[in-house]
Amino acid sequence: MNDMTPISKVQTTLKDWETDQEVRWCPGCGDYAILKAVQRTLPELGADPSNTVFVSGIGCSSRFPYYIESYGFHTIHGRAPAVATGIKLANPDLDVWLVTGDGDGMSIGGNHTMHLLRRNLNCQIMLFNNEIYGLTKGQYSPTSREGTSSPSTPMGSVDHPALPCAFALGSGARFIARGFDVSKELPSVLKAAHAHKGAAFIEIFQNCIVYNKDRFDDFAAPKGAEQSQLWLKDGEPMLFGSEKSGGIKGIALDLETLMLKVVDVVDGDWQGAGVIVHNVRNKAIAHMLVEMPFGPFPMALGVLYDDPRPTYEDAVLGQDRQAREGKAADLGKLLAKGQTWTVSGTAGDPA
Amino acid sequence: MATVLAEPNSTQRPGDGATPEAVVVRFAGDSGDGMQLTGGQFTLSTALAGNDLATFPDFPAEIRAPQGTLFGVSAFQINFGSTTIDTAGDAPDVLVAMNPAALKTNVQALKPGGLIIADSGEFTKRNLEKAKYEVNPLEDGSLAKWDLMAFDISALTLESVKPFGLGNKEALRCKNMWTLGLALWMFDRDRAPLVEWLKDKFRKNPVLADANIAALNAGHAYGETAELAGPLKKLHLDPVPTPAGLYRTVTGAEAVSLGLVAGAQLADLPMFFGGYPITPASAILHNLAKLKEFGVTTFQAEDEIAAICAAIGASYAGQLGVTSSSGPGIALKGEAMGLAIMTELPLVIVNSQRGGPSTGLPTKTEQSDLYQAVYGRNGDAPLPVIAARSPADAFECAIEACRIAVQYMTPVILLTDGYIANAAEPWQVPSPDGFTPFPATFLKENNNPAGGKVLPYKRDERGVRPWIKPGTAGLMHRIGGIEKAPDTGDLDYSPATHQLQTDARKAKVDGVAASIPAQEVTLGEAGGKLAVVGWGSTYGPIIQAVRRARAKGLDVSHVHVRHIWPMPANLGDLLKGYDKVLVPEMNTGQFKTVLRDQFLVDARPLTKTSGQPFTIAEIEAAIETALA
Repeated sequence: MNDMTPISKVQTTLKDWETDQEVRWCPGCGDYAILKAVQRTLPELGADPSNTVFVSGIGCSSRFPYYIESYGFHTIHGRAPAVATGIKLANPDLDVWLVTGDGDGMSIGGNHTMHLLRRNLNCQIMLFNNEIYGLTKGQYSPTSREGTSSPSTPMGSVDHPALPCAFALGSGARFIARGFDVSKELPSVLKAAHAHKGAAFIEIFQNCIVYNKDRFDDFAAPKGAEQSQLWLKDGEPMLFGSEKSGGIKGIALDLETLMLKVVDVVDGDWQGAGVIVHNVRNKAIAHMLVEMPFGPFPMALGVLYDDPRPTYEDAVLGQDRQAREGKAADLGKLLAKGQTWTVSGTAGDPA
Repeated sequence: MATVLAEPNSTQRPGDGATPEAVVVRFAGDSGDGMQLTGGQFTLSTALAGNDLATFPDFPAEIRAPQGTLFGVSAFQINFGSTTIDTAGDAPDVLVAMNPAALKTNVQALKPGGLIIADSGEFTKRNLEKAKYEVNPLEDGSLAKWDLMAFDISALTLESVKPFGLGNKEALRCKNMWTLGLALWMFDRDRAPLVEWLKDKFRKNPVLADANIAALNAGHAYGETAELAGPLKKLHLDPVPTPAGLYRTVTGAEAVSLGLVAGAQLADLPMFFGGYPITPASAILHNLAKLKEFGVTTFQAEDEIAAICAAIGASYAGQLGVTSSSGPGIALKGEAMGLAIMTELPLVIVNSQRGGPSTGLPTKTEQSDLYQAVYGRNGDAPLPVIAARSPADAFECAIEACRIAVQYMTPVILLTDGYIANAAEPWQVPSPDGFTPFPATFLKENNNPAGGKVLPYKRDERGVRPWIKPGTAGLMHRIGGIEKAPDTGDLDYSPATHQLQTDARKAKVDGVAASIPAQEVTLGEAGGKLAVVGWGSTYGPIIQAVRRARAKGLDVSHVHVRHIWPMPANLGDLLKGYDKVLVPEMNTGQFKTVLRDQFLVDARPLTKTSGQPFTIAEIEAAIETALA
């Protein structure tokens, strides 16, 4: 549905995207599954390793670039969006992927995440959300649920968690998607993000098996998944569940409260039940989906919102081109600009 | 700054009968009175008259301070003459005071016997109260040691612009042009360029243009025709002897911007400039935003950190990354500078220093970020530092910063300060052909002699790694802020590797010294009783003070250092040739400490942190004390 990012299509295999570096995540970490999903997806995109750049901040997730055989820049805590902005403005033809986490991207780098999204830099942002600080040994993070007990919050955390997708939408993001580490749907989410021209924000729930083990099992575990996962597809009704798992259900709009509600779908009559047809360009729906609380509702996954608009680098470099049109860059003339005067070797002037 | 050196300013003042060699005029008024504009236009007319000059704009930190208050006073000082001018002058000969607050805050600086021109129309009860005057100083004899010319500039201005039907407020805004007209008459200046400028400035509102021109002419005519008794006399200062060539005025901020553009061209690279607004550095962002046709992309970032990080990203992608700020912003950039040091990417960081710490004195000048520049990062994080000595010198220094950054794959800090950034001086327009190009090279093919993977951290004989643009076929590699193995750049924080790489980074930056010129004696001899060693914007007052002291027969020389880190290889030996070393600087003695550390010389400090530049007299006195 979108213009493809203009990159040359190249034939590669998963193997081509593996580096010789020893992967240093804890055994069983969700990052391994995400890495594989990305390495599996890149060949399908026709991505060129020479033209691909992975940029990351600091944290467990930010080690990612070392394990992908492309160009990679492991920067400093929270600042990957700013570095990526410079890369993309210097060379808009590069295919830039940002790897960040809930601490890196929502806490120390929240400001940069916001501005990258509102500017609409054409890149993919994968925010690995494990709701904990892993690399610094287990402190609570800005996405940790209230009451999270951690070394820095022995009596439980008291601050309210941030919702990355709601933050992204509020910042002006035009593509918002969700997935989780071991989901087999993750590659299709990544492909949709890559197809979106502009900043594509993907929240990926990731299991930190050391400090926040199985935190997302409520919806990510295979058992009960049908009732707890709502996979969104553009133009299709928001249905979840199955006859086997306790009935087919849908998401409808309560016209009195203007809030979402879960409805039962009987005999496949979802229209009769008022189930909403997902429209990725509908921002009002997107607002409700990013805020839809898990528990009373299933977890909204897949592409929540996708409505492209012109990118930042096109606008900036367009102005640059416009300013340069028909103008010669004559440095000599520039230096001699303004009110000048000439001193000549006349009387009284020893020079 | 003219290059012909002459003797110091005459102490004569206008009205003495004889024509002085140099005159210092200070325009002072409310921030809303347009004093910076008046000063700027007077500067241009001075330059066009062929006088050498130096200026010192001094304005409040508040954008619109309450009218008439002491802290809302804005001043512009200009020193000009038919001799070489290196400073904005110690004490003004003429003070133009547009209101009581301007008089109060500036009159003590005026030379004894100097001339006060005051707008008596503004010395109302209310304004006197705001300036904390109990009685009108124009009337109580308290200004007796100066010559006083008080007349109602407000009323005269209103009279002159009457035909244009402006409102009272708008009409009074023309006061600065009336005053400028009088000043132009005093110094025998041509009004034509100013008239042209006003027409252009107000081309969308010709009535305002006409009113301002009328005020300008009226001020001029007032000097010409009024029977002015006493000191107000028409003075003509001859043009200063100057090498032939094309000249313009330039501020430090302009010179830095032009130097960066020239540097990028010499490096054969597009420039990426990331900035975040901060006083007094913003002018560089503004200037460069208008120079896109020179391959410049400017990016106003969300904060100082993003500004430098985006510049690092652009350098990584193969452009010349540049960022600019002032002390507090530079502090925020510190961690990212470490990243540029670690990833060994070229980057130019301009610091227009201001008074600190914290917010400090946003609009005042200081040199107190030297430690920050040389030492102010976590870890062993060396990078080259150079300092401009004047607005015109900032052009060459910016080129030099670009050269070192590109040739050595390193971030470089260029220090200027609030004084240099805002001050203007005449500048002989250089030819771009006069500079040696230093084109950047990028690795295009695998540099691994054994085949296998590319070696992004394989150093050349100077310890410099190759620059590899992402997008280059087959040279994929990873870099980052974490310690890395030699050659491969693979993540490696073993003890031996960190030792080796720390040493390699230090050796590379130390090695920059091999590419910089030997330190010269700026004025005087290589050896003797006393060296006055300066850096940055203290150049003007030091050279004038040393010149005066030498004229009195004192054995003193001036050594002005551009390369702060690494320092010129001969500097230590040079300094050891003097019995004493005096280091005047606008901080508590930072360069003095660095010199002591590097060379074990007994350098002594002369410090000042008032937000004002040194006066010549202050340094002269210190020289005399040191040699007493």
